[in-house]
Amino acid sequence: APLIPPTTNPEPKMNWASFYAVISGVNRHSTGIGRIWLSVLFIFRILVLVVAAESVWGDEKSGFTCNTQQPGCNSVCYDHFFPISHIRLWALQLILVSTPALLVAMHVAHRRHVDKRIYKLSGRTNPKDLEQIKTQKMKITGALWWTYVISLLFRIIFEVTFMYVFYMIYPGYKMIRLVKCDSYPCPNTVDCFVSRPTEKTVFTVFMLAVSGVCILLNIAEVVFLVGKACGKHLHNAGDSSIGAWIQQKLRFF
Amino acid sequence: MSWPALYAQLVRVNRHSTSLGKIWLSVLFIFQVMVLIVAAESVWGDEQSDFTCNTLQPGCENVCYDQFFPVSHIRLWSLQLVFVSTPTLLVSMYVAYRNRGDKRRLIQSSGRAGFLGNKGQEEELETLKERKLLVTGALWWTYICSLVVRLLFEGGFMYALYVVYNGFQMPRLVQCNQWPCPNLVDYFISRPTEKAIFTVLLATASSICMVLNMAEVAYLIAKALTR
Repeated sequence: APLIPPTTNPEPKMNWASFYAVISGVNRHSTGIGRIWLSVLFIFRILVLVVAAESVWGDEKSGFTCNTQQPGCNSVCYDHFFPISHIRLWALQLILVSTPALLVAMHVAHRRHVDKRIYKLSGRTNPKDLEQIKTQKMKITGALWWTYVISLLFRIIFEVTFMYVFYMIYPGYKMIRLVKCDSYPCPNTVDCFVSRPTEKTVFTVFMLAVSGVCILLNIAEVVFLVGKACGKHLHNAGDSSIGAWIQQKLRFF
Repeated sequence: MSWPALYAQLVRVNRHSTSLGKIWLSVLFIFQVMVLIVAAESVWGDEQSDFTCNTLQPGCENVCYDQFFPVSHIRLWSLQLVFVSTPTLLVSMYVAYRNRGDKRRLIQSSGRAGFLGNKGQEEELETLKERKLLVTGALWWTYICSLVVRLLFEGGFMYALYVVYNGFQMPRLVQCNQWPCPNLVDYFISRPTEKAIFTVLLATASSICMVLNMAEVAYLIAKALTR
């Protein structure tokens, strides 16, 4: 079956499945757009990275051939044209982009802890009540709203930064077939050939497009949350006095 | 290296740490262990096979590789992560010792009083196991010791890496004239720029962890002083 990853490589691989399990734990407290973002992230980025991109870039160094027998010229030219591999950049991007979700998870855990303490102080030590705290879905209001929006902003900043870094290191999305190199110890200007350039171009375009889609989803989520909060405040201010509004805000904290 | 098993162990012990300790554990695992697994092991995978030299003399490559890479970066980082996670076991051993003493005292006192049924005693023992101890007294000292030892290990390993490889940069070319190399021979290291990038990344993550540990020490001392 074409989807089975190659098992010949004995190096320990990243366990994206457990990574996904940790990130999707946050899923219960996200909005609908947040869940779509998570599915897009997992299916179109992590899965594609694992199944396809790692086999395409697997022989990037061994398949990088130079038109010279001078020892060391291959290594030096490869290092000159590929300071950091695409695969590593994408893996780092995925790790960093998923990190803000943990901020939200920590905030939810903190709130649960506070709720549990309030329950205990008010005398409700029924284990069923405490279980209910663990499983109830938190509403995205008050301080959690701020944490959530800040995590979304960080996500957007990280995605855009990585796309910019990618553009700085590899200007253009096309992978060239031939590079010319004359660093020491190459005797003169030598032709070096990149392995699988078209396949790499296809995957680069795909991953960049999906990154763009994820950025749009995150921006949409921010707009949705801000819109919802503004709508709620306008509605409240419309039919109650300032004092009652302040009381309502304080209740969320 | 079974990183998930190590993580499971640390999470179990982490119940008794402060919130800074929990943040430290997340930073450690996301920015050090994951970066090490995801990226660094593929970058350093071909470090010896692609260590190219400008000579056909047999044995020269082995000798020069050994001179320049006494310990691989990957092994140093794995050792660092294992050593840095160890002081938490000090805390868990102390907590287990405390729990044992309390359990013994509970069994003795209920035996003397004689009115607690079997079920009541079992419930008491369960709450003993599940409770979160307050970081005071001897536990406070154990905790501070574990933090200081962690700081020493983290700093020590970073210094060792800096000394063995003369900084965090990786040169493209090294020259070597150990026997049996015929004369001064050029050696080319594979992927030096990528290796330098990851070395700097992991060094930064280590520094963040050290700062978190120092903040935790300061916080615990401040809390103890105000009490």
